[in-house]
Amino acid sequence: MTPHRSAWLHFLLGRLTLSAIPYDNPIILWTFVVVATLGAAVLGAITYHRLWGYLWREWFTSIDHKRIGIMYLVLAIVMLLRGFADAVMMRTQQAIAFGSHLGYLPPHHYDQIFTAHGSIMIFFVAMPLIVGLMNYVMPMQIGARDVAFPFLNNFSFWMTVAGAVLFMLSLFIGDFARTGWLGYPPVSELRQSPGVGVDYYIWGLQIAGVGTLLSGINMVVTILKMRAPGMTLMRMPVFTWAALCSNALIVAAFPILTAALALLALDRYAGTHFFTSSLGGNVMMYINLIWIWGHPEVYILILPMFGVYSEVVATFSGKRLFGYSSMVYATVAIMILSYLVWLHHFFTMGSGADVNSFFALTTMIISIPTGVKIFNWLFTMYRGRVRYDVPMLWTIGFLFTFTIGGMTGVMLSVAPADFMLHNSLFVVAHFHNVIIGGVVFGAFAAINYWFPKAFGFRLDPFWGKVSFWFWLVGYWVAFTPLYVLGLMGVTRRLSHFTDPRLQIWFQIAAVGSGLIFLGILAFLVQIYVSIRRREALRDATGDPWNGRTLEWSTSSPPPAYNFAFTPLVHDRDAWTDMKRRGFVRPTSGFRPIHMPKNTSAGVVLGALSLCCGFGLVWHIAWLAVAAFVGIVAVAIANSFDYHRDHHIPAEEVDRVEREYRRRLAAPASTP
Amino acid sequence: MRSKFLRNLLAAPLALSLGGCHLVLLHSAGAVAARQSGLMIASVFLMLLIIVPVLIAIAVIAWRYRASANPPDYDPDWEHSSTLELLVWAAPLMIIIALGAMTWIGTHQLDPYRPVDHADYPRSVIANVKPLRIDVVSLEWKWLFLYPDYGIATVNQVAAPVGVPIRFHLTAATMMDSFFVPAIAGQIYTMPGMQTVLHAVVDRPGSYRGFSANYSGSGFTDMRFRMLGMSAGDFARWVAQVKAAGGDLNRETYARLALPSRAEPVHYYATFSPDLYSRILDRCVQPGETCMSRMMARDAGRATPAGRHPAGRHGRTETNL
Repeated sequence: MTPHRSAWLHFLLGRLTLSAIPYDNPIILWTFVVVATLGAAVLGAITYHRLWGYLWREWFTSIDHKRIGIMYLVLAIVMLLRGFADAVMMRTQQAIAFGSHLGYLPPHHYDQIFTAHGSIMIFFVAMPLIVGLMNYVMPMQIGARDVAFPFLNNFSFWMTVAGAVLFMLSLFIGDFARTGWLGYPPVSELRQSPGVGVDYYIWGLQIAGVGTLLSGINMVVTILKMRAPGMTLMRMPVFTWAALCSNALIVAAFPILTAALALLALDRYAGTHFFTSSLGGNVMMYINLIWIWGHPEVYILILPMFGVYSEVVATFSGKRLFGYSSMVYATVAIMILSYLVWLHHFFTMGSGADVNSFFALTTMIISIPTGVKIFNWLFTMYRGRVRYDVPMLWTIGFLFTFTIGGMTGVMLSVAPADFMLHNSLFVVAHFHNVIIGGVVFGAFAAINYWFPKAFGFRLDPFWGKVSFWFWLVGYWVAFTPLYVLGLMGVTRRLSHFTDPRLQIWFQIAAVGSGLIFLGILAFLVQIYVSIRRREALRDATGDPWNGRTLEWSTSSPPPAYNFAFTPLVHDRDAWTDMKRRGFVRPTSGFRPIHMPKNTSAGVVLGALSLCCGFGLVWHIAWLAVAAFVGIVAVAIANSFDYHRDHHIPAEEVDRVEREYRRRLAAPASTP
Repeated sequence: MRSKFLRNLLAAPLALSLGGCHLVLLHSAGAVAARQSGLMIASVFLMLLIIVPVLIAIAVIAWRYRASANPPDYDPDWEHSSTLELLVWAAPLMIIIALGAMTWIGTHQLDPYRPVDHADYPRSVIANVKPLRIDVVSLEWKWLFLYPDYGIATVNQVAAPVGVPIRFHLTAATMMDSFFVPAIAGQIYTMPGMQTVLHAVVDRPGSYRGFSANYSGSGFTDMRFRMLGMSAGDFARWVAQVKAAGGDLNRETYARLALPSRAEPVHYYATFSPDLYSRILDRCVQPGETCMSRMMARDAGRATPAGRHPAGRHGRTETNL
């Protein structure tokens, strides 16, 4: 801060000065140039094609759960590129920083990168992936026309975006936290981190956390209250069951994160001593709180993907899911147990043997329901007719990869073994094994599976297979070396090494990250090629995979109202049941459909939250206060808006349904 | 550069097959670490009992029931078998019961607070002597070792005679670190204002790598030290050498040492203030700082009318009351 800043300027800009822009750092400067160029190109293209009005009306202000789901997935893919760029930088640094060579990233930059990588991948890639998928698929699986609180859904999405934008701003204005992805004190306290990095982290997560929590409430209510008649809990598709458990975890766990971060913020802004090293503060409280949220969080991520695999295995084996009840009880058991294991993240904190044993055992017990799931997927394929389309490939890749990841996880749960492996690269390899092998593979399976539903044409299978094989091989090449390094006693988050024997392993890992890069590239090419070849890949039926659940009973893409008539459910695989009984589409008797109306309130509230967060980060009091007052004012004003709904006229429904029936009939006439 | 990289890449399979000698977690030089890695390996073998059949079954079933083979026993409605259901719940349960029993016993026997003595270890491993006490303080970003029995202190180097049980008392000045010598014993956190305890023993003479295993800021990467295992005679000579190096670690020298620094070289102190460790733990090394114990006693006196002392022990991570 310049010493001669006037009081007026300080009032206006808080701690923000020109020196906060890291234009002297070539890496960030070039990143900025690239991001700015790409951003300008995208914005220019949108303007040139006059798409702003369309995007605003049909997407940004949309309360349609399908549109919001797709926007979540787009956000996740964009943030994946950012998070992966961080990963490549880390892998490169660790592959070259040996002996006298210090690498190209000084610690203050390297430490920001591993923090950003972890927090972005979890909060702004994995979370939007699962929330987006649940948003898109779940209401259709239960035969609903939208979620319970459609406006809240749009608002949740824009809060998540606001958090992500605040994280991205830290790249170019100021810096990011150098704490690790969970922001452990004392590193995250004011004494050690006086800059704005931790504040970006706190407010980014607090804003996005509001969105996640509200979206969790929304989906729990949707599943419990809006199922089609006949769909009892034990007739729900397994993906919906997984979504219910995952969202129940969100509702119960995210407030803990909010509280922990709020206390940390009080330490940093108000001079309290909850987690400081002095005056009665205690880091152990933060570490307990953050993991009481953090462990359920990993199950929040994986449970919906277990649901995805269940749908994919049953569909592509052409068979009912084996052991549906087992699957449901296993999911619920995992949901409950996930609250009883958090201490295994810090066996090394000096708890007694009884405490450590308790948490070691609860952790191992989770492997039982998880193992049951693996067996059930296996027996679903047994006596099936397994088609190896791209979603099924991802599922088989998952079964192999995740089983190994589960084994190393149980190794880590053996407390005395954890004393050796804790914080080592073995742990890093383990959680990438389950997050990439479980969550990311599941996301790609899901995207390939439901893409035709969302857009009316399938994704190109060739590039899908290319992407799958690069990801699978890339994962193993990148992370097997980290398992080995962990056993060599190499700890995580190091930016420089002295032992030359380690280097080869880091070089192999870097090659692996290159393969994963090709996998991501192939995925982007897959989308591009599929759009170009969309006529050849067109799915007129709405049911390209011979699906089993209700979402496949609609056209692709589904109409805004999803179902002209709410379906009646008689069996678990409702759509298979309907097909067997010779379901005939209704041709008459359509009625106007009552639907919610689009609103811009979500975008406005998200933007105001972003301003509020930015003001808080930089101590710009007027901005934070004004934005906060704005949020409250808009929220109140919005609640007086009584024109929230409209009716889709019966004629319109009739026209849409007739058009769909025409397309269904078309392939039969042209053999 | 490139050719060297290629050579390394080609050498990788060889390095893996010969790599056993580098896998320090599986080739320990301390009885505690040996038992910890033994437990780790046992757990892997126990799990492989179920993992290997599962992996084989995935491959076999995925191949046998591929659609192109048109499997004759295709049954789209087959979804339940009580026998199989029983098997899929019982098989992992059995493994976990065995592993859980192993873990329960192992966690208690290898509790870092449990002394290394003849109840667990044979006389060939540990000598029948009083344990050596070493007080450990993690500073930004270096390790301070205090030997209360000898009155000496060292930075970034710690030595112990082979076969003598060691009792480490550990704390941190400001940050949270993890004290870890992979060849000797599992790690334990060091936290400011709190004390943890670790018991260990060195089996063989040698120089072993130690470091902080918990990220603690920009100098964390260089927060390395050496742990030396020595014969009794060599250890006595090492103590004499430290004494001969001179220097006194008092409040002033400690204040200078505690300033953040990176890649601190090894250095020795012949003497140190006897209450230094307890004052670091109590966070009142410098004049004018109120000791935590005093502050807490005062607060406790205010909080409970009768002046009774509330329970103040957090499990066994001891706050210094």
